[in-house]
Amino acid sequence: MWSKGVESMAENEIKQGEYKLHVGKIEEGFVIDHIQPGRGMKIYRDLGLDKLDCCVAIIRNAYSRKMGKKDMIKVECPIDQFNMDFFGYVDHTATIDVIKNGEIISKPHLELPKKLTNVIRCHNPRCITSTEQQLDQVFVLTDPENGTYRCKYCETAYRDDDK
Amino acid sequence: MKSVISPLDLSVEEINELMELGSEIKARPEKYSHACDGKILATLFYEPSTRTRLSFEAAMLHLGGKTLGFATADSSSATKGETVADTIKVISKFADICAMRHPKEGAPQVAAANSTIPVINAGDGGHHHPTQTLTDLFTIKSLKGRLDNLVVGFCGDLKFGRTVHSLIRALINYPNVRFIFISPKELRIPDYIRNDWLLRNDIPFEEVTKLEEILPTLDILYMTRVQRERFFNEEDYVRLKDFYILDKKKMDLAREDMLVLHPLPRVNEISVEVDKDPRAVYFEQVEYGMYIRMALILKLLEINVE
Repeated sequence: MWSKGVESMAENEIKQGEYKLHVGKIEEGFVIDHIQPGRGMKIYRDLGLDKLDCCVAIIRNAYSRKMGKKDMIKVECPIDQFNMDFFGYVDHTATIDVIKNGEIISKPHLELPKKLTNVIRCHNPRCITSTEQQLDQVFVLTDPENGTYRCKYCETAYRDDDK
Repeated sequence: MKSVISPLDLSVEEINELMELGSEIKARPEKYSHACDGKILATLFYEPSTRTRLSFEAAMLHLGGKTLGFATADSSSATKGETVADTIKVISKFADICAMRHPKEGAPQVAAANSTIPVINAGDGGHHHPTQTLTDLFTIKSLKGRLDNLVVGFCGDLKFGRTVHSLIRALINYPNVRFIFISPKELRIPDYIRNDWLLRNDIPFEEVTKLEEILPTLDILYMTRVQRERFFNEEDYVRLKDFYILDKKKMDLAREDMLVLHPLPRVNEISVEVDKDPRAVYFEQVEYGMYIRMALILKLLEINVE
């Protein structure tokens, strides 16, 4: 799936059997790799990439030696536009390359952040954040094993299907 | 400056200190009658309450202090859209300590984060009610002589009952406490209590629907009211409100040294005939509540009476 402005036939190469797909090199942005197959679109939505006026490529079910299949996302945008916590939250098993001037300048290690601020919203109608909209939406990682986040105020667990 | 928002804000040692001080105040109230001379307690009650608000006010008055505040959200600037943060910033200029009840969960935490005076959570929605927990612990400790080696039954609304949640959390800290949860399936304890608190810490518990079956095994029976204000649906409330009624006949099944506690107000869940039973200690519990609040106010204001 391609969003507008993505050029095909360039350096990056994803192989699956005989099939080859080429996605253009980016000057500044992110490559999110090793996404669990099938989660690419969800991450696309969770990161709000559908709302950005920049070049985005989503590759689904690409061949991966490690994973068998994987999803990938390439985003051409200013690199200060995203909060790394957000990446860690949406898929901490993914890898990320941060690119500037066409070069990889860092590969931040993704892990579930201990705290998320204004990334997800509490859906408990009894929570103070439901009426006092100016409050930051703060969630704390209470169970790293199961990736459970709880609202800092009402302690309600955030469910993935709340999104 | 410390605030008390959740029962977890107090360590076992701090709770023990509070109970010791509460016992001392109960035994020698005259010694503490001027301990808070010149101090003001603000009671900010955005939700109706009789016991808790009056208990806080009585506690401060018995300590020689004064009180101010409001008893419903209607009589506060909340009706004009003022935030909790702004309200507490203002109140911090008038009072030395504050007790807040709010229907929204987490509101006292917001207050504490914006306050220059200690904030005591006096109940936030179905969430926490730490001074009720202190009251319950103090009552059990005073009348039973221990907080360990107990079989504690919780009966009624275990889903929305914040006093139940807070007391479970506090009792987990004491060795060899076993819980029996008696409720209709719609009002069972929330998953996070079952999974994160009990199963993860290997705390023994059972969930049952019949009160009669387990009554003979209990050291403590903690009865609760099914709270109309926690239901979005009136039909569900009407269907569940009289699910359990503790009467004399049921009390006959219980051990002679079992204690019946209730955070009050009681509606139909305990028949008035039970009030005469010496095991029914819910009115004594109210008195213990005042003494433990006196102890908490002194601790938070860092007042030592020699």
